[in-house]
Amino acid sequence: MEIFLQQIVNGLVVGSVYALVALGYTMVYGILGLINFAHGDLVMVGALTALQTMMFLMGVAPGMSPIAMLTLSLLVAIPVCMLLAFTMERLAYRPLRNAPRLAPLITAIGVSFLLQTLAMIIWGRNYHTFPQLISTTPIQPIEGVFITPIQITIIIVSALMMAGLILLVTKTKLGRAMRATAENHRVAALMGVDTNMIIALTFVLGAALAAVAGVMFASNYGIAHYGMGFMPGLKAFTAAVLGGIGNLGGAMLGGIVLGLVESFGAGYIEQATFGFLNSSYQDIFAFIILGLVLIFKPTGLLGERVSDRA
Amino acid sequence: MNELALAVPWLGKRNPQAARWLVIAIAIGAPLVAMMFGRTWVRVLDFALLYILLALGLNLVVGFAGLLDLGYIAFYAVGAYTAAFLASPHFDLHTPIWIVLPLAAFFAAMAGITLGFPVLRLRGDYLAIVTLGFGEIVRIFMNNLNYPINITNGPQGINSLDPIVLFGWDLSRNIQVTEELAINSLFLYYYFFLACVVGSIIFISRLQISRVGRAWAAMRDDELAAKAIGINTRNMKLLAFSLGATFGGVSGVLFGTFQGFVSPESFSLMESIAVLTMVVFGGMGNIAGAIVGAIILSALPEILRHLAVPVQQALFGHVLLDPEVLRMLLLSLAMILMMLLRPSGLIPANAKYSHIRYLKAKGVTE
Repeated sequence: MEIFLQQIVNGLVVGSVYALVALGYTMVYGILGLINFAHGDLVMVGALTALQTMMFLMGVAPGMSPIAMLTLSLLVAIPVCMLLAFTMERLAYRPLRNAPRLAPLITAIGVSFLLQTLAMIIWGRNYHTFPQLISTTPIQPIEGVFITPIQITIIIVSALMMAGLILLVTKTKLGRAMRATAENHRVAALMGVDTNMIIALTFVLGAALAAVAGVMFASNYGIAHYGMGFMPGLKAFTAAVLGGIGNLGGAMLGGIVLGLVESFGAGYIEQATFGFLNSSYQDIFAFIILGLVLIFKPTGLLGERVSDRA
Repeated sequence: MNELALAVPWLGKRNPQAARWLVIAIAIGAPLVAMMFGRTWVRVLDFALLYILLALGLNLVVGFAGLLDLGYIAFYAVGAYTAAFLASPHFDLHTPIWIVLPLAAFFAAMAGITLGFPVLRLRGDYLAIVTLGFGEIVRIFMNNLNYPINITNGPQGINSLDPIVLFGWDLSRNIQVTEELAINSLFLYYYFFLACVVGSIIFISRLQISRVGRAWAAMRDDELAAKAIGINTRNMKLLAFSLGATFGGVSGVLFGTFQGFVSPESFSLMESIAVLTMVVFGGMGNIAGAIVGAIILSALPEILRHLAVPVQQALFGHVLLDPEVLRMLLLSLAMILMMLLRPSGLIPANAKYSHIRYLKAKGVTE
């Protein structure tokens, strides 16, 4: 029973990070029908920029409180990612908006690898230790089930950010413009929506979420490196598809479900296959889920969009 | 072959016959010239030929049939590991190449069909992600199937694969012609690979204008219309996947036996992307494009490797970008810039259609 509860906790933590990243994929896909491959790498840029800022702050003001330091580094990482996403959209994706469907996808793959390479040039190939500014000493809310303060923070921050995003999209004028653009950008433009601006804004919003996700992800594991964004990015995309791509609630649900499946899978795979497979196969669950969802229920758990759209 | 000759700048349009002889001369003479600069360059050419095979196979899937496959390297891995299992001390099997090659081709084709069946209904970007996932799954299994039963030997890979032996003639041994003169085994491999490439080119160029090739083109340009005129798109897609995979499998065998060892790191996602870039860079749906793309993008990093280090040392006093980083940088930039500036690639495909477009612009035809 303790193991079961522990897996739920682990799944929720990882799942909320996936959910945050998945939102970025789903928003962009909802509006442009483009899988922004490079979105996962924004997670990495966010984490490494924050790391750089922390290093700088530790040098300048060693006595600074951890919370202030974390906040400041987020305040640097978020704008950096936003600016990067804006540039990316402007230079690489906008000129291809009416191109044949494979073109923007190939460009997106290129952008993703370009970001990884640039990060490799700037930060090197090594794994960096990421300062864990929030305590990692586990507490036991229930006997035998461990959760660290950083994990609690991750769950709370993700929930808050998702709630904020939902409010933004459903209650504000800006959100209405975003929904209108996703529905039909030509008509939206006729109604006076500056669709180009809205599309850029969607990228930028997703990037902000990715930056936060990156910092939390790195804080949880205490590690950051140039390739850290790729796998979580793919998994977040899986989460977005699982929930129903283009659907915000779906991305969150998908993220959590995927996190849970992964942690249960990793926990029980050894027993289930009589020791033949072990937890090093953890990464295949996301791909298997992705395949199954696309084959049997391409609209995802909550989605109304059809998968044929490309 | 004709396409390749036509792609020769300047000469191709004026004197295709001469251009064809030029291409043949280059193909045959290249390793001799390369040898003057050292053995490494012959090796680079050998690998370039392997990449051409891979690019030709991927071009079938992406360029002809319009299915973006990001897990292509998995089939390469299937081929290489088949060779490693059947012809190495790992399981102490030493099957001759004539059995390994068809078996590997068969396994790779089966893998292609296994992947193809479930993803048939998906289009475009979803297909890309699912195939990427397939590639990753294969890699994860290669990395971890050393426990509890050692099948793939994990991340260390499998060593000392048997060399290619054709009719009792070992390609990995230098031929001693006279006391001083010996033909290096790299040459033997080069000409063997060249023969494979030429065979593939003939096969593919016949295929392209066959019923199947035309069905693929129709399906790529408009799937719904292709269905409406009676093309069985399901079978055509499966055929594209399995044929492309076969090419991957065969080049995998050649790669494994040539290199002598296989390990999961040769089959990373980056390699899939590299082959895709070759096809995109050269021109999708075009045999000459795939070949030129493969040559440029497999040789360029090697050239840079030899140029970049000394140049950087001269300029900055130390090495800023190591060659591997430079290769990734080039590949990713090639992909982005090509899509933005010249989406049809270095050598654009279907010259016939552009002719029609020209006539349309003149108002001659509808």
